[in-house]
Amino acid sequence: MPNYIDRRLNPKDKSLGNRQRFIRRARDELKRAINEQIRTGRIGDADGKHSVPVPVRGTSEPSFSLDPTSGEHEHVLPGNKQFRPGDKLRKPPGGGGGQGSGGEPGSGGDADDDFRFVLSREEVMDLFFEDLELPHMVKMNLKEAIRYKPRRAGFTTSGSPTNINVARTMKNSFGRRLALNRPKREEIDALVARIAVEEAKPKSEARRRTIAALTEELDRLERRRRRVSYVDPMDIRFNRFEQQPIPNANAVMFCLMDVSGSMGEREKDLAKRFFVLLHMFLSRRYERTDIVFVRHTHEASEVDEETFFYSTRSGGTIVSTALAEMKRIIDERYPFDQWNIYAAQASDGDNSRDDSGRCIAMLDQDIMPLCQYYAYVEIIDRRESDIFRTTENGTALWKAYKQVSEAWETFQMTRIAEPADIYPVFRELFAKDQSVGHG
Amino acid sequence: MTSRTTGGLLFEGSDWTFDTLSRSYDAIEEVAKEDLKLDCYPNQMEIISSEQMLDAYSSIGLPLMYRHWSFGKHFVQEETGYRKGHRGLAYELVINSNPCIVYLMEENTMAMQALVTAHAAFGHNHFFKNNYLFRQWTDANAILSYMAFAKDYVARCEERYGLAAVESILDAAHALMGQGVFRYRRPPRLSAERERLRSLERLEYEEKTFDDIWRTLPQRAGEDEQGEGGLDAQERRRRLKLPEENLLYFIEKNSLILEPWQREIVRIVRVVAQYFYPQRQTKVMNEGCATFTHYTILNTLFERGRVDEGTMLELLASHANVVFQPEFDDPRYGALNPYALGFAMMQDIQRICTEPSSEDRDWFPDIAGNGDWRGTLLDAWENHRDESFVRQFLSPKVMRDFRLFALGDVEGASHYEVAAIHDERGYRRVRSLLADSMDVGANQPDIQVADADLLGNRHLKLVHTVRRGVELSDRGREATLRHINRLWGYRVSLVSVDAETGEELDEFAAGPV
Repeated sequence: MPNYIDRRLNPKDKSLGNRQRFIRRARDELKRAINEQIRTGRIGDADGKHSVPVPVRGTSEPSFSLDPTSGEHEHVLPGNKQFRPGDKLRKPPGGGGGQGSGGEPGSGGDADDDFRFVLSREEVMDLFFEDLELPHMVKMNLKEAIRYKPRRAGFTTSGSPTNINVARTMKNSFGRRLALNRPKREEIDALVARIAVEEAKPKSEARRRTIAALTEELDRLERRRRRVSYVDPMDIRFNRFEQQPIPNANAVMFCLMDVSGSMGEREKDLAKRFFVLLHMFLSRRYERTDIVFVRHTHEASEVDEETFFYSTRSGGTIVSTALAEMKRIIDERYPFDQWNIYAAQASDGDNSRDDSGRCIAMLDQDIMPLCQYYAYVEIIDRRESDIFRTTENGTALWKAYKQVSEAWETFQMTRIAEPADIYPVFRELFAKDQSVGHG
Repeated sequence: MTSRTTGGLLFEGSDWTFDTLSRSYDAIEEVAKEDLKLDCYPNQMEIISSEQMLDAYSSIGLPLMYRHWSFGKHFVQEETGYRKGHRGLAYELVINSNPCIVYLMEENTMAMQALVTAHAAFGHNHFFKNNYLFRQWTDANAILSYMAFAKDYVARCEERYGLAAVESILDAAHALMGQGVFRYRRPPRLSAERERLRSLERLEYEEKTFDDIWRTLPQRAGEDEQGEGGLDAQERRRRLKLPEENLLYFIEKNSLILEPWQREIVRIVRVVAQYFYPQRQTKVMNEGCATFTHYTILNTLFERGRVDEGTMLELLASHANVVFQPEFDDPRYGALNPYALGFAMMQDIQRICTEPSSEDRDWFPDIAGNGDWRGTLLDAWENHRDESFVRQFLSPKVMRDFRLFALGDVEGASHYEVAAIHDERGYRRVRSLLADSMDVGANQPDIQVADADLLGNRHLKLVHTVRRGVELSDRGREATLRHINRLWGYRVSLVSVDAETGEELDEFAAGPV
């Protein structure tokens, strides 16, 4: 009779420790590969919802082995068909026979090179945003936090009746009754019964005296019972609550984009990638992240995502309409003391001539005081990128925004010419060491 | 035979229960012991899920293993392959231990459980217990407790010295696992259990008696000259017992920079490498033995009416999959299938013993027609490894059936040349070449420690003996040398020397001069 053991209910993940060691080991390599993928733009398209296979090179296990292409070998093979001794077969170019590598179970082999490691979205994001940080987290500071949440903080002797802590109160009452020797109900009942018994018996002098003593005793007990109350005000305890400030956990992100005719598919695609990245980033930091899409030509409106990215309208370009729309939405739905407000604006830099001044004024007075962070991304032509990158020169909007960025540390602006720029730019905007002493 | 042999069907349908499992086990055991005369360790059968099977795979098949990232990597590889359907899982896993642990997957049908029981719990088990290599080199009684010790020891080191420190030693030692076995000499008979206790004692003693004051004692003048400093190179090599083929052993004993715990970890890796060395040398025999056993036992059960036709069809289908040998030009071809070759040879031995042809009488005069195929097989299983088994027992019939031919491959030539085929002139050549290709020792790089001047510059000199012009692959060579350098601490060089001419072909080095 064999010994059968059912191991199916044993804990799984016996090799979890090994997997963790492996991820730690491959961390740098994975990070590099993920950054590479973001740069080539694959994550942005899919919004990072699916797992990302990552080639791993840094985890090879070297050992000495013989080079099968050198020297002389004799291979014994099955399945001869027509060969005779002395027949010559041309070697396939590139050396090495056809590597089938199938069939055999457990043929571990050296598959190191094309080994791909599938990470979950969470793991990817963790690695990807590892050294980025939300800049200017003003509202995360406790002193500015507006929301409070009551938190239990011990007991107090005063408070509202709804907060009475019965258990604690009764404990005090019991202790006091014990200490002051409050007569119990049973004691008094027993005494009353005894008096009744005595009175029922035939009367005599001795018995009358006994009854008098008993009655006096009963009197005394009852007096004491009245004096030492069951629950005294001094027993009562209330739960104490403290108002604890909690950090703001909501963020809203405004995506402003120029959709006039000058923004082609390429420009919008770049803008979208940037917005997607920003959204993924914010949603990792905040419990709740709202996105508001505002598009504008010569007038601005709030739209849904689909319309935002995929429909074009024609018309002039008046940027300040978008800012006005944003201000309106903030006033209406996102009180600035409860929401962390982020804005990202993408544009090709065109603006009608007299509007830029208005933009500066609006940003300066209305928007920037409410905003945690405002990123302006100008999407330029590849040919322009060489001209503009180095100089302070630029489009009308660029020049105007330059003034704002000088006045506000929380205003950042940058240019993007192709997908590969997005991630570096993103890092530049959100790099950790950018920490700014606020105030 | 007892009366139980005519007990009707063991099971019906494809679902298994513990009841049908034990009933089948008993029937299989009866055939194995009384019919085939197998001699096995007691079995411990464990039912596991597919995830647990993946777990077991990735720590090289031992139920207990120390933690290392490479096992995590293998796990991820296996898991990815399995999820995508590139790879199936093995139906079973068996561990060379006493009691012999056999894992059965819960997904298997009852018929498969019976096949796996016969295959692993009796076939492999018998081979582990009786084959001379396993008897000499592995201690089935102690391996589990040794691995428990190893796991615990490595975990303790990780706590004490940090993950990174332990990892770097394990990485380096793993790189040398191929060079961490004794190939040619006999092992010292020291049971792993005793060794485990001894190493614990050794460590505790060193901790207890550590006294820094000894280090500060002034050295007596003249002691240096008296010591080994003045020895000539030959005497030095003699004292170090050089040349030494087991690099891990040499490093463990002689490295000057390793702390006691690091030495212990190197030893653990070496013990594991040595434990698996017999398995690498007996793939054809081990799998052949197990396949032959399951085939014979299940057919016997069928003849006795203990399993029905449906079950038998399912079993034959999976048996056929196991022993399938694609031809060399088939895209599925990877290598000779050890299951197929081993099974075919063992069935052939059975045939030679019972119904020999005149050819067999020429080739195998000592066993042809002796009628005792059981005894002949038991003897072969006990006393051979793949290389000698093929050299001794591969018959012209099997070579014809497999249509084996030998292909010569010379570096630089534009053509392969067919050296020999399965014909009268070629049988011996093909057989001998196939046997050569199964000699694990000869197909691994022959790297030995040639010299190490422990009192001088401590330069570790390794020699790779190049046979027939086959050199070391560039891949991993430099990295492996760096790993040796990490364990040795001083300069390490590797010289390639041609076996016949003695000419130095190449030199590589790691570490400062």
